[in-house]
Amino acid sequence: MSVTKNEVEHIAKLAKLKFNENEIDEYTTQLNQILTYVDKLNELDTENIKPLLHPVDGENVFREDVQKKSISTEDALKNTLYKTDKYFKVPKVIK
Amino acid sequence: MLQYKNHLEKLAKLKVKEISLIENVQTFLDKIELNKDLNAFNFVFEDALEQAKIVEEKIFNGTYGKLAGMVIAIKDVLAIKDKPLTCSSKILENFNSVYTATAIQKLIDEDAIIIGKTNCDEFAMGSSNENSAFGKVLNPIDKTRVPGGSSGGSAVAVAANLCDVSLGTDTGGSIRQPASFCGIFGLKPTYGRVSRYGLTAFASSFDTIGPFANNVEDIALILSVLSGKDEFDSTSKEIDIPNFLELLNEKNKIKIGIPQEFFGEGLNEEIKNIIQKKIDFLSQNEKIEFVDIHLPHNQYSIATYYILTTAEASANLQRYDGVRYGVRDKNQNELDEMYTQTRSNGFGKEVKRRIMLGTYVLSSGYYDAYYTKAQKVRRLIQEDFQNAFKKVDVILTPTSPFTAFKIGEKLSNPLEMYLSDIYTTSANLAGIPGISIPVGNDSNGLPIGLQLLANQFNEALLLQTAKKLIHKINE
Repeated sequence: MSVTKNEVEHIAKLAKLKFNENEIDEYTTQLNQILTYVDKLNELDTENIKPLLHPVDGENVFREDVQKKSISTEDALKNTLYKTDKYFKVPKVIK
Repeated sequence: MLQYKNHLEKLAKLKVKEISLIENVQTFLDKIELNKDLNAFNFVFEDALEQAKIVEEKIFNGTYGKLAGMVIAIKDVLAIKDKPLTCSSKILENFNSVYTATAIQKLIDEDAIIIGKTNCDEFAMGSSNENSAFGKVLNPIDKTRVPGGSSGGSAVAVAANLCDVSLGTDTGGSIRQPASFCGIFGLKPTYGRVSRYGLTAFASSFDTIGPFANNVEDIALILSVLSGKDEFDSTSKEIDIPNFLELLNEKNKIKIGIPQEFFGEGLNEEIKNIIQKKIDFLSQNEKIEFVDIHLPHNQYSIATYYILTTAEASANLQRYDGVRYGVRDKNQNELDEMYTQTRSNGFGKEVKRRIMLGTYVLSSGYYDAYYTKAQKVRRLIQEDFQNAFKKVDVILTPTSPFTAFKIGEKLSNPLEMYLSDIYTTSANLAGIPGISIPVGNDSNGLPIGLQLLANQFNEALLLQTAKKLIHKINE
């Protein structure tokens, strides 16, 4: 399979990334190189193989629904400059 | 270089005041400053000296923990409360952790001294430590070469004696490969052995935390401290934690498998010959038996690895949108534009490349062809190991197909860089533990690493074998 410039632009949009013309060209070439390489997997017949979702066997983890202390609002807001006393601030969404 | 050969000896010397912990920490701090050109540290903690005073007092009072006085450097992808956590990325330039990772807390609780945070590839994505917002890290053995990655700074910190031990993370070889390039020991534990709480997620079903050291004893000691179930990581496993250090000297007979697929095309001849010589030498020992085995699907590991890890990474890295943390692009009035600009300015080239690949393989129409397909092959790779461990105790391979390469050599070709992990990614795909041990040098004087792999949660046998082999080789 190969990927076109248009597709790369579409993926960039999905990933919320922006590239200039040169970068789009570069990524198109490189993604195609990598995708050609991973096509190698099609040599394998995996029709009857179950996908492995996780490397180590696990069970469901249950616990009592007890309220515990989490990080404080003050701590949660420490790492941004865009805030009020209680909330994160973002550009206006509804106009 | 150091006045002791492992932590137990250091602790004994601290107790009888043959070594002063404060002087010891000061010496490390001075050496870090002196070796600044290596660029191993993103942040150095001067408060380590105060910590040294407290721990020394505890040692004299007899109320000290297992790691009392062990000076440890931490890869800058792990959280320590009120300290910077950047993942060597511009996007987290100003970030300070609001809690401490479980693995780090366990070290602190046993009176280890944290001396700083080490440089790495951005978000642990890379095999050379050249993808860092803090700049590249140099290999102390030859400064024109890379230290390996992504935990390059952690490997260099130990190799250049800037600390006793360090922590790294291993998603596809990021501990074992730099350990091999720098001539030290590096352990990737079984997935689920060590809690990932407080580790910045790259590929959640692959990420592990493990130690670098100059000797197997310290690796064993620190692993017993790091291990265990954690209520904050539901994938951490409730399972016996053996006393790894005590078990090191068990004298069982060991059966070691040599997978033919790891010694074929692509492996540097010199490495092949040196490892073959070690195998021949060790075969004379009646307690070590070598047998040929096959891991036929290893040739698919890199392809499988890059599909699955980039998919997981593209999801994990969605959180960097500039809303709650991270360097936000302040010029944007539209929310969507703010996300996009923040991410485009904040992430480096390799991280963007992997987000793009991951987004592509997960996108509608390609999901089954790539993602589901790779998950199926992941099972085949794991089954190869399960079959192999029915026949042998431990598997022996080279850690890397080549020794430390030149800075810049593989930067322009991402695929070639990815292929440098050809012998290491399969352990992460299968969730098994692996260690790289130093077994010699090539004709340029560059270290060669030998990788040992064991079945899930069989680190005791893995470390025993490592100890036995290194002991025989150095005899």
